[in-house]
Amino acid sequence: MSLLSVRNLSIWFDDPARPAVDGVDLDIEAGRMLALVGESGSGKSLTALSVIDLLPPGATRRADALTLEGEDVLGWPEARRRALRGGRVGTIFQEPLTALNPLHKVEKQIGEAIRVHQRLGREAVRRRCLELLEQVELPASEDMLARYPHQLSGGQRQRVMIAMALANDPQLLIADEPTTALDVTIQETILDLLKRLQRERHLSILLISHDLGLVGRFAEDVAVMHRGRIVERGATGEVLSAPRDAYTRHLLDAEPAGRPDPLPADPPVLLRADDLAVHFPGRRQGWLGRRDTVAAVDGVSFQVHRGETLGVVGESGSGKSTVALALLRLIQARGKVVLLDQPLHELGGRALRPWRRHMQVVFQDPYGSLNPRLTVSQAVEEGLRVHHKELDAAQRAARVRDLLAEVGLPADSGDRYPHEFSGGQRQRIAIARALVLEPDLLILDEPTSALDRSVQAQVLDLLKALQRRHGLSYVFISHDLKVVRAISHRLLVMRHGKVVEHGDTDRVFANPEDAYTRRLIDAAFSRDGKQAVAQ
Amino acid sequence: MELSPIWRRQWRTFRRNRRGLWSLYLFLVLFVLSLGAEFVANDKPILVRYQGELYMPVFNVYPETTFGGLFETEANYRDPYVSELINEDGWMLWPPVRYSYDTINYDLEVPAPAPPSADNWLGTDDQGRDVLARLIHGFRLSVLFGLILTVAASAIGIVVGAVQGYYGGWLDLAGQRFVEVWSSMPILYLIIVISSFVVPGFWTLLVIMLLFSWMTLVDLVRAEFLRARNLDYVRAAQALGVRTPVILFRHMLPNAMVATLTYLPFVLNASVIMLTSLDFIGFGLPPGSASLGELLGQGKANLHAPWLGLSAFVTLALMLSLLVFVGEAVRDAFDPRKYLAGTGETS
Repeated sequence: MSLLSVRNLSIWFDDPARPAVDGVDLDIEAGRMLALVGESGSGKSLTALSVIDLLPPGATRRADALTLEGEDVLGWPEARRRALRGGRVGTIFQEPLTALNPLHKVEKQIGEAIRVHQRLGREAVRRRCLELLEQVELPASEDMLARYPHQLSGGQRQRVMIAMALANDPQLLIADEPTTALDVTIQETILDLLKRLQRERHLSILLISHDLGLVGRFAEDVAVMHRGRIVERGATGEVLSAPRDAYTRHLLDAEPAGRPDPLPADPPVLLRADDLAVHFPGRRQGWLGRRDTVAAVDGVSFQVHRGETLGVVGESGSGKSTVALALLRLIQARGKVVLLDQPLHELGGRALRPWRRHMQVVFQDPYGSLNPRLTVSQAVEEGLRVHHKELDAAQRAARVRDLLAEVGLPADSGDRYPHEFSGGQRQRIAIARALVLEPDLLILDEPTSALDRSVQAQVLDLLKALQRRHGLSYVFISHDLKVVRAISHRLLVMRHGKVVEHGDTDRVFANPEDAYTRRLIDAAFSRDGKQAVAQ
Repeated sequence: MELSPIWRRQWRTFRRNRRGLWSLYLFLVLFVLSLGAEFVANDKPILVRYQGELYMPVFNVYPETTFGGLFETEANYRDPYVSELINEDGWMLWPPVRYSYDTINYDLEVPAPAPPSADNWLGTDDQGRDVLARLIHGFRLSVLFGLILTVAASAIGIVVGAVQGYYGGWLDLAGQRFVEVWSSMPILYLIIVISSFVVPGFWTLLVIMLLFSWMTLVDLVRAEFLRARNLDYVRAAQALGVRTPVILFRHMLPNAMVATLTYLPFVLNASVIMLTSLDFIGFGLPPGSASLGELLGQGKANLHAPWLGLSAFVTLALMLSLLVFVGEAVRDAFDPRKYLAGTGETS
């Protein structure tokens, strides 16, 4: 008998005829990990959270049956269903920074999870907290208990979340994208931990993920969701090696692959950065003392040739986005930036403005990078208004139309607002906005990280096509080595604001010189190795 | 200009709040009516026809001799002698209330303040002036004063907050400290002191109060701009080389306006209350002005004439309640959690 089984589950918002989850059946066996896989909007989170009545406001649920160990949960009174949450069913959320209360210490966070469900004395709760910390492989010390969330790293926060979920010995753990917000090297360790807990405690885990590589490595069973329906399910090895459904195949094919187009021999240098450094003010020494500085970027030098893509790789906090802002001169930086033989670091304010059109930027977040109150054509033509004052409205409109067509947006996009577009489309708008001035260099700061894999592949293809057509150079910043390998000619690996490795992409991947680079590559590609074994 | 879809969605949410919507309609009707107060309550007829010619005493001054009278001074149309002269060879179209805010009714049968009667619907005050006429003119004065003060104070506050938030650093620090010191000034006492050597008129009072009321929105707008200056679309505009004023007003201000607009009805309310309380204690508008505060003061001084206090109270209560209801509806309309509710957007 399965631990949890759901029959014919539907969830809708306004209109029952357009359900977000449409007739889903789900069975989770005791002691196994079931991965619910799908792209954003497929209904995978809704499905999982509906099990413990955690639906967003406005959502309506209907199910024929929802049973936990054979007991029909739907028939239970409200209070008993509430006791399920954090009791027999634990939950881990994606973003540990927002899921923990920033004003509570670790002891209080975990302690509260215990106290809600058990009557224990102060000392007993504290002992239990230490026990739990040990289980999630955190130092079980008083010091740890007294820390606030902001004093923990991302991985540590996620471990605290897991400790909270385990506080009442649950039978089922719902993990909603538990590693998506974490760096690759840390993702591994968190999933290793979940796997160990699953084995030791005979725990069932419902893992929600969009990352097939991860799922292939850790989950026993997999169910693929698409537009609110489960399109394929089965043992992970079988599904991933011999997918029956077209959508599953589509997902598997969307893993970034391919290589950048070869460069012409000896291209001229477009951009040179010399000893770039960015310091942020840190803690002040006493009341009137000097302020410390924290080096976000420290002595970074590189060159970008015409038509070339330089990949900048690093984990969060490595200073790679700060490099982008320093190149664009949007923050104070020391060191030299030379673009087209013009030393930009000597220019300020007004004198810099004409040079800006040679270097443009695309940011990570497709939602935050477009002003919600400007139409697409208003956003795209803004650069023309600044740098090509000689163009009249009709000429600007024509230019914008051509460009929107070139980045593959529908013809009527210009008059619409950003919120009417999907994430991938918005990223195309942002690319169009950057290209309108026909720049020589495009700085791409994690341009595909917020997108689903299949959309990611489309955006990468678009970027490659644009590079071919216009001879663009890219500085491509990413934490995702697979994506970087698919597009970069050369690679810059950063850690703690410094460059740890710099060289041709093929050389770095085949033969990394630095230990940290090797670890990154292992973390990113070992999953494929495992998958290959499964095949 | 076409409304952007965000505005349209917010307008829809606003209309869903029936109380706010009806309050807005009612307030607008009252405000528009009071704007034409001269046509509603006046001691001059709107239109006079005399010997085949049309006269508009509301706009023009006609001497009594025009209508065959004796004096070269302006005709007093309420004078039975003048009205007889006109009615003999023409007619007069009177507004519904035949008193202006400063018309003194000398024909009272009881000593002023006179109770409500067929002639003075809400009675008269202690100087024999019609209460209804004073209310209508006073409503206009209060709302106009409040509106001008609100718009001017908000404009200054938004610019100061925007500059502080966008540039940050020393400018922000100095600005904040200045606002803190400035806002700790006791405005009421200052006005009392000032009014002891100048007689404050409408505009002087407005300027004095403006000096001390522009701080309301500074912190709010500053916080919004501090947040917005690190948004990617602002950075993208900077990278495009867009000039700073354009970034401030095209990219940041419209998005910061949401928080600001939410506050406006309440700022308006505060301005009206401020003026009323100054009038009440006698340091507001010059004597003789149509003022709700002064009427309240009379109500307090003449407890045996409850129509004074009651009328002023009901008018003020109605006006302020309507504004609060509108304000609540605006606040809800701008709350993204409310106007996005039910659209099925989840993260």
